[in-house]
Amino acid sequence: MKRVFPILAVLTAALLSYALYEALVAAPTEQTMGDVQRIFYYHVPSAWTAFILFFVNFFASIAYLIWRNTKADIVALVTAEVGVVFCTVVLVTGPIWARPVWGIWWTWDLRLTLTLVLWLIYVSYLVLRRFSSSGQTPLLAAVLAVFGALDVPLVYFSIWFFRTQHPQPVIGGGGSIDPRMLHVLLINWAAFSCFAALVCWSRYRLEVLRREVDETLALEALLEPRSSHTRTSPTGRAG
Amino acid sequence: MNYLYAAYIATWAIHIAYLATLLRRYTRLRDEIAEFKTRIEEKS
Repeated sequence: MKRVFPILAVLTAALLSYALYEALVAAPTEQTMGDVQRIFYYHVPSAWTAFILFFVNFFASIAYLIWRNTKADIVALVTAEVGVVFCTVVLVTGPIWARPVWGIWWTWDLRLTLTLVLWLIYVSYLVLRRFSSSGQTPLLAAVLAVFGALDVPLVYFSIWFFRTQHPQPVIGGGGSIDPRMLHVLLINWAAFSCFAALVCWSRYRLEVLRREVDETLALEALLEPRSSHTRTSPTGRAG
Repeated sequence: MNYLYAAYIATWAIHIAYLATLLRRYTRLRDEIAEFKTRIEEKS
């Protein structure tokens, strides 16, 4: 597996470069908004990737609640963390697009507000995992994640069922898009999905190693109680 | 065009910042393992 990772990393970097070229050069310029519309090729794939990561987090949390499986707990932690990164990209690129198009950075529109709430839920999830030293932390985090995931479909379908300032969906929900733009959008989504998968993989390996080290150090401290080494076992804490 | 570049640069700045935190955590963990190994060797 160690040999596969660099190959996948190089392939992902190539795909991201190609997707960047497609977004900045090959994609047709939108008639009304001009070049600023190209932000869409980073904003939308980042949002879709974040949604998928939060859904994986949801299923991993359910799995943890049912089977108390450590791997499921680690997957939940990792996908929440990487999902927050992608959600941050969405919340940053959105206002940068909105300023020249709407004339304002932000409005308390339903879609925007729900996305901000989603981000806050998962940030609080990560804060809980980082700073709580209770043995019940993974359990509490899993419950929070299950409730947090309810916000994902609300965010996604908010522009389908409500009149909002946010643009209407380009796929489904009665929306339409130029086929060349759709092609670029899907390439960027594929590139960001591969990138997210690789980052999750790295973060997963790091978390497994972190827990192994913590367990070893805790065992050492137990075997030698008078040792100067005083580290306590941070069970369930993020590394 | 400035807004477009700002959005793309911000996106990669966020991703690179996150990757940097991962690298920092990995380095810290590696140091802990090295310290642990040294301690074990000293005892044995």
